[in-house]
Amino acid sequence: MAFDTGLVLLVLGVAVWTIVARDTFAAVVGFVAYGLLLALVWVRLAAPDVALTEAAIGSGVTGVLLLGASTRLRRTETSGAGEKPGITLRLAAGMLCALVSAGVAAIVLKFPEPAPTLAPQTAANIVATGLGNPVTAVLMAYRAIDTLLETVVLLLALVGIWSLAQDRVWGGFPGPRHHADLEGVLTFIAQLLVPVGILVGIHIFWIGSVAPGGEFQGATILAAMWILAMITGLVDAPPVSRRWLRLMLLAGPAVFLAIGLAGFAMTGAFLAYPAPYAKLLIVTIEVPVMLSIAAALALLVAGPPERRPQR
Amino acid sequence: MSFALDALTILAVSTGAFFFLAGTVGLLRFPDALSRLHALTKADNLGLGLVVLGLLLQAEGSFAALKLIGVWLLTLLAGATVTQLIARTARPGGTHE
Amino acid sequence: MADFLLAAAGFVLATVALGLVRILRGPSEADRIMAAQLLGSGGIAALLLLAAAMSVPAAVDVALTLALLAAFVSVAFVKGFARSGADGA
Repeated sequence: MAFDTGLVLLVLGVAVWTIVARDTFAAVVGFVAYGLLLALVWVRLAAPDVALTEAAIGSGVTGVLLLGASTRLRRTETSGAGEKPGITLRLAAGMLCALVSAGVAAIVLKFPEPAPTLAPQTAANIVATGLGNPVTAVLMAYRAIDTLLETVVLLLALVGIWSLAQDRVWGGFPGPRHHADLEGVLTFIAQLLVPVGILVGIHIFWIGSVAPGGEFQGATILAAMWILAMITGLVDAPPVSRRWLRLMLLAGPAVFLAIGLAGFAMTGAFLAYPAPYAKLLIVTIEVPVMLSIAAALALLVAGPPERRPQR
Repeated sequence: MSFALDALTILAVSTGAFFFLAGTVGLLRFPDALSRLHALTKADNLGLGLVVLGLLLQAEGSFAALKLIGVWLLTLLAGATVTQLIARTARPGGTHE
Repeated sequence: MADFLLAAAGFVLATVALGLVRILRGPSEADRIMAAQLLGSGGIAALLLLAAAMSVPAAVDVALTLALLAAFVSVAFVKGFARSGADGA
């Protein structure tokens, strides 16, 4: 009990600090700290799958994305410093946030005992899916259509970011060229962490069928390692017009959709897996989806093309 | 036997927690960023190593034990190299890569 | 044993909280970047202790992910700071 209270106070304190921090860079650091602490909260609530996702994408990749935005904004920050929003706007925003928080708290506190849950039905039907982890069963079997739509949404976001490029660099290299200092610390870090990270990412993907994990968390770790390799200069970001890159991005949603449509032929329903092949089909979907999500996330952080493609 | 293991675990974890406290005291008291970084990395990683040692004695199965050691090694190596990087931003000359 | 491990996790978390207060206040950018490192080692210790105390072995995987991501974020911070701090770098 004391542990939980202390953790909640710490999380709230870091959240408040993030909001009142004067410098955007400091706020991003606070945001990352807040996310890592939230992962602890999820473990405390016995939700390791959510903790994995929070640590990987909620804090890590999103933090780096915000950092990139804050770096780009630095030049305009000093000139825009005089345009702070007025007191009425800030009060209105604060009251809206407080209302939403109070509403969510009221809903959660008014759950009947025991809270309504589909967990027994999930556990009862999981044998047919061949999986051992109920969260993966929900993501890939019971609500597979949500996961399919999520992969498409990621692609759309990426297309949106690419469309921010200027016409003359369309199809070019995302982001600036990072130079690798081959004797330096940055390169050593990348050469050390990236292989280990790839192994850990694949491990977390693979155990997702029986333990907390899965293709989304594994893909995020792979994406983080690719981003690490790019920012240390170990590899250059690929030009967005490369065919292999676009195929890699499309492979996941395409395979998912194909197997979904094949469900019509096999069992008469979209995205229905015939029982003896369920696990095989799920793994067949998960591998390309993981690669596509990893590529999409890495390219989302890399940003719109900024350098002309060589011809 | 299990009582001896439990006692050792309690000892190791307590010493590890003490080193975490020492690291934080260093963080609070040292005058400049470089020495604070020093306190943070050395003491905290040593504390983590002792905590892992204590938990190893309670681990069930060799795979779990190997994972614990793997986490510790990764933190150690990543921490040591990243600290070098952070130190470069802290030193008076600033960074030049 | 579980109670002791939970208490130890709480203690480590308290030291992390104290360290965070100092770091987030710290004047230089390097201080702030250290926050990721602090949470990296302290948070991982707390997670490993929680894994044993609550019998949630998956928390060790979360600790593994945290180790990787903390290092990744620290490198990104240093790179981000270097790029804008020393303009044109």
